[in-house]
Amino acid sequence: MSDTGDIIREEILSPEGIQEAIAVIARDIAYRCAGDNVAFIGIYTRGVTLARRVAAVLKTQGLDYPVGTLDISLYRDDFDNRGTDLPRLESSDVPFALDGTRVIIFDEVIFTGRTVRAALDGLMDYGRPAKIELAVLIDRGHREIPIQPDYVGKKIGTNRDQYVKVRFHEDDEREGVFIVKKRAGHPHHPA
Amino acid sequence: MSELKPRKDLLDIESLDLEEIEYVLENAVPFKQLFQRSVKKVPTLRGKTVLNLFYEPSTRTSSSFEVAANRMSADVTNFTISSSSVVKGESLLDTIETLQAMRSDYIVIRHQAAGVPGIVAKHTGASVINAGDGYHAHPTQALLDAMTIREVYPEYKGRKVVIVGDILHSRVARSTSTLLNKLGIEVAVLGPGSLVPEGRHDFMTRLRSWDEVFDWKPDAVYLLRVQMERQEGQFFPSIAEYHKMYGMNSERLVRMRELGSYLMHPGPVNRGVEITDEAMGYERSLISTQVENGIAVRMAVLHWLKPETDKE
Repeated sequence: MSDTGDIIREEILSPEGIQEAIAVIARDIAYRCAGDNVAFIGIYTRGVTLARRVAAVLKTQGLDYPVGTLDISLYRDDFDNRGTDLPRLESSDVPFALDGTRVIIFDEVIFTGRTVRAALDGLMDYGRPAKIELAVLIDRGHREIPIQPDYVGKKIGTNRDQYVKVRFHEDDEREGVFIVKKRAGHPHHPA
Repeated sequence: MSELKPRKDLLDIESLDLEEIEYVLENAVPFKQLFQRSVKKVPTLRGKTVLNLFYEPSTRTSSSFEVAANRMSADVTNFTISSSSVVKGESLLDTIETLQAMRSDYIVIRHQAAGVPGIVAKHTGASVINAGDGYHAHPTQALLDAMTIREVYPEYKGRKVVIVGDILHSRVARSTSTLLNKLGIEVAVLGPGSLVPEGRHDFMTRLRSWDEVFDWKPDAVYLLRVQMERQEGQFFPSIAEYHKMYGMNSERLVRMRELGSYLMHPGPVNRGVEITDEAMGYERSLISTQVENGIAVRMAVLHWLKPETDKE
């Protein structure tokens, strides 16, 4: 999305704030998963970055968890509503056996929960994990299906018509978490 | 990020711009990776219907589309006309009306007359995919050929492909050469004088013999099928003569090995005509890769096209 025109943009988390939120997720995972066979799966694009960052923090503590990637485009429930922005697929990469593994899915924001629903379907086509959990940097509320995260970096209150954009320096020019509000006249489009 | 406009139909290669070609070829890669999973299927087209409408015999292309549609979770109906309704006198537009009533989302069509898929596309909201029409076009074949070449040559620009055989009657030659040219790959042709039209494609180099082919140093040699059904002995003296002059045999295979050239063929193969048994076992043959890539590319095409079925 271009950040131009009728858009109001407000930073709600600085790069330092992001690092703190990542530390919270890493701490909780280390505590709750001790001794388990754990693997991370990042949802493209920024869920992958988040998974890699959390894995890097845990590695400094001697916990070496592999990171796989998942493109959920083919599992979305809104394929019929695809507009002019045609989906470009990424290569999913699950380089470890899922059977018997405690898998943690990573996404940068949880909103309606529909992306995670798609990820669960996609993931289970690769195998049968012992357990699947969900880690998000931001929980912004407004779920449309009964899916809740197990590890949350930061919970924020939002209005339904706002966008929450997580930007990482690996993928974007400027790092931060932003609330973006479009002025009236734009169609609703859940993240 | 994306300036791509949604497209309803895929009728030929000529009307595609480079960005669309890149889009389909890049998306075909993740589709192909699905084939490595135990579950090869994705739910993307669940509840959608694909009608396979073949007026000409074809097992390979029709099955390839069927497998592609199945792996996208679409429901597939195979409608092999085998000229029965045509014999009964049903006009094309009546057939289209019948198809409309079936409410298909995608219609894959092969027809002996050039332009038929285009006519069907104008009269239906379904996405129409041309699976070969007369001597005109076979766009998904071209896309799978391009995907195959890009896999073995990630730096494909400036690579050289020579197409050997009946260029005149070949919609494969037409679509594939057009696509390779758009991608910046050099194309040459070799074939009987009666089957290589002069000046149809200015961009193609005309080679006169295998010696000229090997001097040209092709990165891939693309053998066309000798279309027995379109032949009737008028264009070259005999099959044996064709095999001797243009077929892939042991001596030519030696030269292929020296150059490290890949071998391609759209199938089905006429052994002993355009290729010998020995050459079929060539270690740089891409023929089965082409078949596999055909499914991936057709999945990417189904994923790309957008039916306008609400309009009906």
